[in-house]
Amino acid sequence: MLQPGAIMQSLLSTAPAAPMESTLGKPTAASIGFFFAIVLVTLVITYFAARKTKTSSEFYAAGRSVSALQNGFALAGDYMSAASFLGISGMVALSGYDGMIYATGWLVGWPALMFLVAEPLRNLGKFTFADVVAFRLRNRPVRIAAAIGGILTVLFYTIAQMVGSGSLIALMFGLKYEYAEIIVGAVMLAYVLFGGMLATTWVQIIKAGLLLVGVTLLTALTLSKFNWSPTELYSQVVAKYGPTALQPGGIVASPIEAVSLGLALMFGLLGLPHILMRFYTVPDAKAARKSVLYATGLIGYFYVIIPIVGFGASVLVSRDTIKLPAFGGGGNMAAPLLAELLGGTAFLGFIAAVAFATILAVVAGLTLAGASAYSHDIYVSVIKGGHATEEEQVKAAKIATVVFGVAAVGLGILFKGQNVAFMVGLAFAIAASANFPALLMSITWKRFTTQGAVWSILVGALSSCTMILLSKTVWVDVLKFENAIFPMKNPAIFSMTAAFGVGIVVSLLTPEKEAQEKFEEEKLRTYLGVGAE
Amino acid sequence: MSNVAAKAEKSTQKSVHEVIESPQFKALVAKRWSVSMALLVLLFVSYYGYIILVATAKDFVSQKVGEVTTLAIPLGIAAIVLAWALTAFYVAWANKSYDPEVERLKGQLKH
Repeated sequence: MLQPGAIMQSLLSTAPAAPMESTLGKPTAASIGFFFAIVLVTLVITYFAARKTKTSSEFYAAGRSVSALQNGFALAGDYMSAASFLGISGMVALSGYDGMIYATGWLVGWPALMFLVAEPLRNLGKFTFADVVAFRLRNRPVRIAAAIGGILTVLFYTIAQMVGSGSLIALMFGLKYEYAEIIVGAVMLAYVLFGGMLATTWVQIIKAGLLLVGVTLLTALTLSKFNWSPTELYSQVVAKYGPTALQPGGIVASPIEAVSLGLALMFGLLGLPHILMRFYTVPDAKAARKSVLYATGLIGYFYVIIPIVGFGASVLVSRDTIKLPAFGGGGNMAAPLLAELLGGTAFLGFIAAVAFATILAVVAGLTLAGASAYSHDIYVSVIKGGHATEEEQVKAAKIATVVFGVAAVGLGILFKGQNVAFMVGLAFAIAASANFPALLMSITWKRFTTQGAVWSILVGALSSCTMILLSKTVWVDVLKFENAIFPMKNPAIFSMTAAFGVGIVVSLLTPEKEAQEKFEEEKLRTYLGVGAE
Repeated sequence: MSNVAAKAEKSTQKSVHEVIESPQFKALVAKRWSVSMALLVLLFVSYYGYIILVATAKDFVSQKVGEVTTLAIPLGIAAIVLAWALTAFYVAWANKSYDPEVERLKGQLKH
């Protein structure tokens, strides 16, 4: 049995030297090998998926043939982003406990998703969440508004993912950031364009499996250095960085800020188009329900163990090393550096490749969601008035996919250097304010109207975007003004309330007889699944 | 609720309107939302309780529960585990109580 003091000593003598010899940024046989293995396997899957992807239902919803367990893994794979893996471990490594607050927030949306929207969504919709909102309302205005909300959410989320992917691959292979963006864009486009939702699903399943295995290994290797005792790990953290590392710090400065962040994280999930879209891939509401339970278990496990990786990195790699400009400075390389320290170059190669697969899977899901918001909601339902042939629908989806993929690469290059975990938080605020209120009211409230939906979505999107623009994150950090006009980091508490308020008031002012009459049919489908596609 | 359901004549076929207006359907919808709302309230209390605690009562959550481990750490883990447990409870309830009732009501619908 080693005493904590003895471990400290041995760490102090070895830790500072090791990371300086990091192979991060230099392509190694292991990293390139794992990288190409993942790309090869996923492209082979795409090839087989492409043969089964002919109709629009196959392209958008994998022919509704995905099982509950598969969808559980795919949901987890769609959700656990580079921001979760690299961002939270980096945040815990650099600022200690605050990273854990983020981690809990990212899980608690899942039960809410189950209780409020998962089953009705599956029963009412076809390919997008706008299908649900437009179910008994006037198609054209609702679809346009919902597509705006959906595309904005997906865009912000995509920017975060692309920024993460660019810096990760740049650091991993020494590749230029811009080339890294293009590689991610190209590989991801191959999945979505040829294999549609089926290929995307399998990429997400594989990624979820690899990520969970990778993080489990990393956690186990970390704990093995501390006598398999988290307490000993915490002792080392406190010995090195003082007791504040295990105490909440500045991330939630005030209760109102804390609640606002919580609202954005919790209800943001219920408005993420790429997550909602996954529920159409399972055969029925029961499978949708079960898949949420699987996903919640997998994601919960992930968030319980990821702080250990972060704390481990802060002790074993050290904050100073993680913060070196050579490793990006923002903390995102904490987990890869820890992997190299504990498992050598081969393990670093594996973890880096897993992180790469993580980004690919999430970006593929986002691209599919962004493309469907345009091609299904705008092109087919609005421009073609719902009368498009299968061929036209699939063609429109594929064109939209390419446009979205190219835009993702361009935006990734434009937003180089932002903190990825934080930008995902912003996407959540928009999802919670623009998409979720309209979705929930359309499912549950008989007197909800077309005008109510449109104005709720627009007010939610506009108010959350404006407040974010005027907050420190953009106004000061990006636009370089001296003081933020909007004092909070997260506007959800105001923007979400505004979206509900406007939705209710406008609906009451513009009664819609037809929508009320159709509510009966909607209820039959919501609760009994009669007529569900 | 099950007594009312048992009394309903299973052989009678109903229109959509009749099913929607039937006490059984209304009871099913009411039950579905009361279960999910109760669980949602528990989720709110646990999660916002946690987050408001770490935002406002830093001294309280910074107290040690082990050698160095602060109370904040088990609280964070408990928030995650409880969230999963609530989800599991909902699935168990829906599989056991909700689905059979849905099948019964669907059986009453005119085709």
